[in-house]
Amino acid sequence: MSEVMVFAENNGERIHPVSYELLGKGRELTDKLEGDLSATLLSGEQLPAEELVYRGADRVYRGTDPALSEPVETSYKEALVSLISEVNPEVILIGATNFGRSLAPRIAMALDTSLTADCTGLDIDEEKNFVQIRPAFSGNILAHIKSRTSPQLATVRYKEFAEADRNEEREGEVVEVKVKISREGAEKVKIIEEKRGRRVNLEDAEVVVAGGRGLKKESDMQLVEDLADTFGGKVGASRPLVDDGWIEREHQVGYSGKRVKPGIYIACGISGQSQHLAGMKESDTIIAINNDPSAPIFEYADYGLVGNLYEIVPELIRQLKEGN
Amino acid sequence: MRDLTFIVLIKQVPDMDQVEFDYEEGRVDRSSAPLEPNPFDLNALEEAVKYKEELGGEVIAISMGPKQAESTLKDAIARGADEGILLQGREFAGSDTWATSLALGHAIEAVGDFDLIFSGEKTVDGDTGQVGPEVAEFLNIPHIAFVSGVKARKEDEVEVVSESWGATYVKSMELPGLITLTKDVNEPRLPSFKDKQKARKAKIANWGVEDIGIDQENLGITGSPTRVANMEVPPPEKRESMLLREDPGSAVNQLLEKLDLGRSK
Repeated sequence: MSEVMVFAENNGERIHPVSYELLGKGRELTDKLEGDLSATLLSGEQLPAEELVYRGADRVYRGTDPALSEPVETSYKEALVSLISEVNPEVILIGATNFGRSLAPRIAMALDTSLTADCTGLDIDEEKNFVQIRPAFSGNILAHIKSRTSPQLATVRYKEFAEADRNEEREGEVVEVKVKISREGAEKVKIIEEKRGRRVNLEDAEVVVAGGRGLKKESDMQLVEDLADTFGGKVGASRPLVDDGWIEREHQVGYSGKRVKPGIYIACGISGQSQHLAGMKESDTIIAINNDPSAPIFEYADYGLVGNLYEIVPELIRQLKEGN
Repeated sequence: MRDLTFIVLIKQVPDMDQVEFDYEEGRVDRSSAPLEPNPFDLNALEEAVKYKEELGGEVIAISMGPKQAESTLKDAIARGADEGILLQGREFAGSDTWATSLALGHAIEAVGDFDLIFSGEKTVDGDTGQVGPEVAEFLNIPHIAFVSGVKARKEDEVEVVSESWGATYVKSMELPGLITLTKDVNEPRLPSFKDKQKARKAKIANWGVEDIGIDQENLGITGSPTRVANMEVPPPEKRESMLLREDPGSAVNQLLEKLDLGRSK
């Protein structure tokens, strides 16, 4: 029986929503493999496991150890490697969050097995091979990867797949697992300070308004902020503004910054270099404001406002306020 | 006490702003762009050089790639590395991240004692970010990935800032260890003309399979656990753009109507 195992990342309070997306995709894979879908819930203090069952897990492996209350990869690696060795899942899916992308390689090396990074597509082919599809070359190509070892690990991009439907009628088994973590290893990395909640959470914003080189001076960022506020959205920026120190790097949208997928993305004075497009091209609706009609951004936008952003943005704010 | 040893993992990559993609044939034209050090690795190198400047020691840059990657290691020397080692030979070609990490891990063991290894958070061609943590696991040392700031440099410990679990953490890590760096961490210095001249004459050690004592069955396409079954080069996802060129008032009005936002029709 081939099992697909989903690692349910959590911060001790909340299960990361990518876990539910992985359960949704994981169910499709198990249907084709005729196998079971499991979830692994590791934490410092015991967390409720039902939600993972409601989202489709046939089985939840739950393990608790104080060392798991902090994001220290070696502790999680130890816990997962011993569980994986016992259960022998065929496929292991891990969210491609900072933590997932840092943890998964340690597991792959410890088990001498395959790992594919940051997948945007997963499938089972006719020969029942697990096919992992991922962008590479700064997002310009899509590689289809197959593995020749087992288990097969993949980290999977957040917001790429739909969350699994929730059904409270669904039943599953909760297996309490014993977690063994060597103190010696756990103590090599210590947490000195933790600041919960980032100031800017661009990835989850419904509206992102971003500024680019078309802005003439630093104080003009206020215009972008005002528009973002009017939409109840967040402020983004292209790389040059960040490099010039007009705004912190956590606002940067692009290949070397954040990748966002909001309902509405408004690019103000952004020309549309591929490095920027890599971070926002999957937004539902893209609106570009630029005075240069030949700017590449217009080819990637749904709506292009050709003109002076210093006139258009205030007008947009005015009409939005008027309409509400 | 022995001097500190810092190791920087560095890869030669095509300049992504210039590389051309053949959308019809579905391939990358690698010859279309000049080669350069992976930009994130320059942040790693800069951080290693800063550590050396503060506490003394030696910076060794290690790369795996074809002979021409020597130029990237010379670039590293111009930017402050003391030594460059290139893992080179056809046995290494086609290695995936696991096999690459195994080779780099063996090379680091061959170097001997070390204190801190630095790598970029990812490369711009592979985009995986897996090699750093895989090397750390191979060497059985701790690591911290996606480091955006270094707060304290000590002989037996490093204190860094990194993001995880939707929060920002300051962590300390016992050495020896490994960190992977983001672009936030520093602004890499530009080498001076004099440093470039000096680096041009530097000798890069070329190491092969025998030098690092690795079983070549674990290398290359045949030794890698993953393989690329096929590759697509999807054309850029252009959209049917509706251009509004009227005066701001009516352009905005039209836009909001289309979006069905804020206006009563």
